[in-house]
Amino acid sequence: MFEEMELLYLQQYWWFIIALLGGLFTFMIFVQGGQTLLNNLGKTEKEKNVIIASLGRKWELGFTSFVMFGGALFAAFPLFYAVSFGGAYYVWMAILFCFIIQAVSYEYRKKANNFFGQKIYEIFLYINGSLGIFLIGVALGTLYTGGNFIKNEMNLSHWTLDTYGLEALLNPFNLSFGLVLLFLSRVGASLYFMNNLAEESIVNRAKEQLKINALLFLGFFLLMITMLFLMSGLSYDAEGFTIVEHKFFFNLIETPILLTTFLIGVALVIFAIYSALFKNKSNAIWFHGVGTVLTVTTLLSLLGFNNTVIYPSLSDIESSLTIVNSSGSHYTLATMSYVSLMVPFVLTYIFLVWRSMDKVKISSEEIEADSHHY
Amino acid sequence: MEDALLVDWSRAQFALTALYHWLFVPLTLGLAFILAIMETIYVKTGNVIWKEITKFWMTLFAINFAIGLATGIIMEFEFGTNWSNYSWIAGDIFGAPLAIEGIMAFFMESTFFAIMFFGWDKVSKKMHLLSTWLVAIGSNLSALWILVANGWMQHPVGMEFNVDSARFEMSSFWDVLFNPNAYSKFLHTIGSGYVMGSLFVVGISAWYLLKGKDVVKAKKSIVVGATFGLITSLFLIVSGDESAHQVAVNQPTKLAAMEGLYDGHERVGIVAIGQLNSEKEIGDNQDEFIWSIEIPYALSFLGFHDMNAFVPGINELVYGDEDHHNIESAASKIAKGKIAIEALTRYKKAKKEGDTLVATTALADFRANEKYFGYGYLKKPEDIIPPVALTFYSFHIMVGLGTWFFMLFFLILYFAMLNKLDGKKMLLRLAVISIPLGYVAGEMGWIVAEVGRQPWAIQGMLPTGMATSSISVAAVQTTFWLFAIIFTGLLIAEVKIIFTQIKLGMENH
Repeated sequence: MFEEMELLYLQQYWWFIIALLGGLFTFMIFVQGGQTLLNNLGKTEKEKNVIIASLGRKWELGFTSFVMFGGALFAAFPLFYAVSFGGAYYVWMAILFCFIIQAVSYEYRKKANNFFGQKIYEIFLYINGSLGIFLIGVALGTLYTGGNFIKNEMNLSHWTLDTYGLEALLNPFNLSFGLVLLFLSRVGASLYFMNNLAEESIVNRAKEQLKINALLFLGFFLLMITMLFLMSGLSYDAEGFTIVEHKFFFNLIETPILLTTFLIGVALVIFAIYSALFKNKSNAIWFHGVGTVLTVTTLLSLLGFNNTVIYPSLSDIESSLTIVNSSGSHYTLATMSYVSLMVPFVLTYIFLVWRSMDKVKISSEEIEADSHHY
Repeated sequence: MEDALLVDWSRAQFALTALYHWLFVPLTLGLAFILAIMETIYVKTGNVIWKEITKFWMTLFAINFAIGLATGIIMEFEFGTNWSNYSWIAGDIFGAPLAIEGIMAFFMESTFFAIMFFGWDKVSKKMHLLSTWLVAIGSNLSALWILVANGWMQHPVGMEFNVDSARFEMSSFWDVLFNPNAYSKFLHTIGSGYVMGSLFVVGISAWYLLKGKDVVKAKKSIVVGATFGLITSLFLIVSGDESAHQVAVNQPTKLAAMEGLYDGHERVGIVAIGQLNSEKEIGDNQDEFIWSIEIPYALSFLGFHDMNAFVPGINELVYGDEDHHNIESAASKIAKGKIAIEALTRYKKAKKEGDTLVATTALADFRANEKYFGYGYLKKPEDIIPPVALTFYSFHIMVGLGTWFFMLFFLILYFAMLNKLDGKKMLLRLAVISIPLGYVAGEMGWIVAEVGRQPWAIQGMLPTGMATSSISVAAVQTTFWLFAIIFTGLLIAEVKIIFTQIKLGMENH
C-alpha cells in the first residue's frame, strides 16, 4: 500500500503524523499546567495530595508523547533531528533537564527520607511545568523563525553561534509561542481539575485560575497568530529558496481543510473556556482537548505543505530544511507508515484505560485510603 | 586537538548517562515479570498474602521505574544533541526502531502502569493482572527495539550507502529486525535484567530472614525470586554463549580484546582468570599475561563451534595475515578507505558541476572501496583495536559474576525447598551482597559491548570520531557536569528512599 505512494506523499504524511503528535502532546501539557498551579489550587497538604494524585495518573502519557514526538522526528526527518538537536544544544538540553526532574518528582515527593525534601520536588514540578513548556514553545517557534545553522554538501551541519539555540529567546515570536503554550497548559489544567476532582474547594479555585489564564492565553495567542500571519516564510522549488511575504497566512487561507480545522480548533478551545466559566460544564476539557489538537496540528501543518520550509537557516538560506531534503528514504518512510497504523489502536486503549480510571472523580478520601498514592 | 577533546567529552557524557540509565533498567525488566508472577499466584489462589507481597515489591518497582524514566529520556535525544552526524548518516535506519519503541512499548508501559499502580480497586482482578503483565511485556518490548538499534550498530545489515544524500539507507527492515547480533544481544540483555530482578528479590528477602522480620512473606518471595533467577541465569549463560559467537564472527577485534589475545592460532583456550601484562604493546614480543589460568580449546569451540578453529589475535587483525588466514591488514583497509572518501568527494563535486563522465568514474571508484569507507578516517592501523585492559577485565568480571549468580540461586532454592534457609546465615549474607554485584555485572556487560567495539560507532563503517555534533567542548563539558550532579543527586535520593521502604518492612505497605 505505502510502497506505491510517491515519496512526496509519504513525506507529507509523516509531517502530518508529527504535527498530530505535536497536537496530542500540546493537549497533554495540561499536566504541566497543573504542576504550576499546585500552590494556587492546593491550600492544604490534603488538597495538594489530591492534585498530585490526579495529575500523577496522567503525567506519563505526556512524557511518552514527548519522547514519541522526538522518535518520530528522528525516524522520518533525520536531518531535521540532527540539525536542530545537535545545533540548538542548550535549548534542547534545558528542556530535557526539565523533563528529567519531572520524572522522579511524583514518585519521590512524599516518600520518607527522599534526600531533597518535598518542597524541592514540588519546585522540580514547577520548573518542568513553567520553564519546560515555555522552552518547548520557543523551540517550536524556531520552526517558523529559523535557526543559525549551516549544512555542507555531505549534509553534516553546525551551528554558527556559540549560544547554541539560546539566541531564540530574543525573538518575540518565539517568546510569544512559549507564553501561549504556558498559559494554554494552565487553562487545560483548570478544565481538567474541574472534570477530574470531587473536591469543591479546588474546583472553585481552578475556575478562578481559568479566568486569569484564559485571558492571558487568548491575549498571547492573538499576538502570536498576528505575528505569524504578518511574517515572511521561505518557499522552495527546483531553483532554490525564496522569501515569501505572509507565507503562513496564505498557506492557511489557500488550503481550505487547514483553514477549517484551524477555525474549528480555535472555536472549540474558546467554547471550552466559555462553557466552563459561564455554564459550569465539567466536560469542557474534552472540547479543549479536541480544539487544541486541531489547532496545533494545523499550525504545524502550515510548515510541511505548499512547498514551505520546515526549518529556515538564518545563516545560509540554501541550508534551509524542507520535508523533501531532510526526510528518511522512501523505503523507511513506507515501512514506518505501516507502523503508524498502530496509532489509532494505541489511542483507543489509552482512551479506554483513561475512562476506566476516571469513572469516579478523585476525592481526598480516596487518596487517603489508597496506600499507593503519590 | 579540539576535535579529539570533543569526541572524548561526548563519549564521556554518553557513557555517564548510559551507565546511570542501566542502573535502573535491568531491575524494571526483571522485577516486572516477578510482580506479574506474584500477582498471578494471588489471582489463582485468592490468598491475600500474595496481594500484599505483590504490593510491597510494586512499591520498590515504582521507585526504580521513575528514575529509569528520568535517566532514559536523555538517551534518545542524546543521539541528536551529541551525535548529530551519526543521526544523519544512520538516522534512516537507526531512527525507525526508536520510533517503533515509542509507539509499541512506551505507551503500553505508561498506560497500563497507571492501572497496575492505582487501579487495584478500580478495575477487576483479571484486568489488573493483565495490566501488570502488559507493563512487563511493554518494558521488554522496549528493550527489544533498543537492542535491534544497538545490534545494528554492532553488526550493520539491511542497508546501502546513498552517495547523493551521503548516508546509509535502509534496504531491508526484516534484515535489521532479524539481525542475529540484535537477537543474541536482546536475549542476553533481558536475561541480565531477569537475573537482576531475581537478585533484588532474593537479596532483600534474605535480609528480612537475617533480621527475622516479615519471615513468611520473605520466604514466599525468596522462592519466587530464586526460581525465576535459576531459570533465567541458565538462560543468561546460554544467550551469553550465542552473543560471544556473534562477536567472534562479526567483531573479531572485540573478541581479541575480550580475551587479551594478541597472537591468533588454532585450538585457542579461554582465559578463566588472569592478569594482563600492562607493558604489552601491539606487535611486540612480550607475553600478554603476567599469569593466567586457561581452559583449553574453549575459545575456538565457543567462538566458532569448532575445537580446532583459528581465532585471529590483535596482531593479525592489525598487520594482516593474508598468506595463511586471508586477513587483510588494517593499513590496506585504511588506504582503500581513503580512496573511497576521495572518490565520494570527487563524485559530489562532479555532480554539482554536471560533469557526468567524472561522476560515473568517481562513483565506480567509490563502490569498489565503499566497504572500507569508515577506515579512511582512522589515523593509524593500531586504531582499530579497542582498549584491551578495560574490555578484558570487564568481560571476565561479568562472566565470573554470572556464574556465581547461577550457583547462588541454586543453593538458595535448594535450602528453601528443604526448609533449612533460616540456618544458612552465610548464604543469606552472600545473597544480600550479591545485589550490588548484579549491578556491577550489568554495567560490565555494557562496557564490553560498547568499549569493545571502539573505534566504531557503526562497526567497520563509521568511526566514533566522525559521529559527534559540531559543538564546542565547553557546551558538552557543561552538560556533562550537570548530568553528573543531577543524576548523582537523584541516585542518592532513590537509594535512600528504597532503603527506607525496605526498613519499613513488608507489613507497612
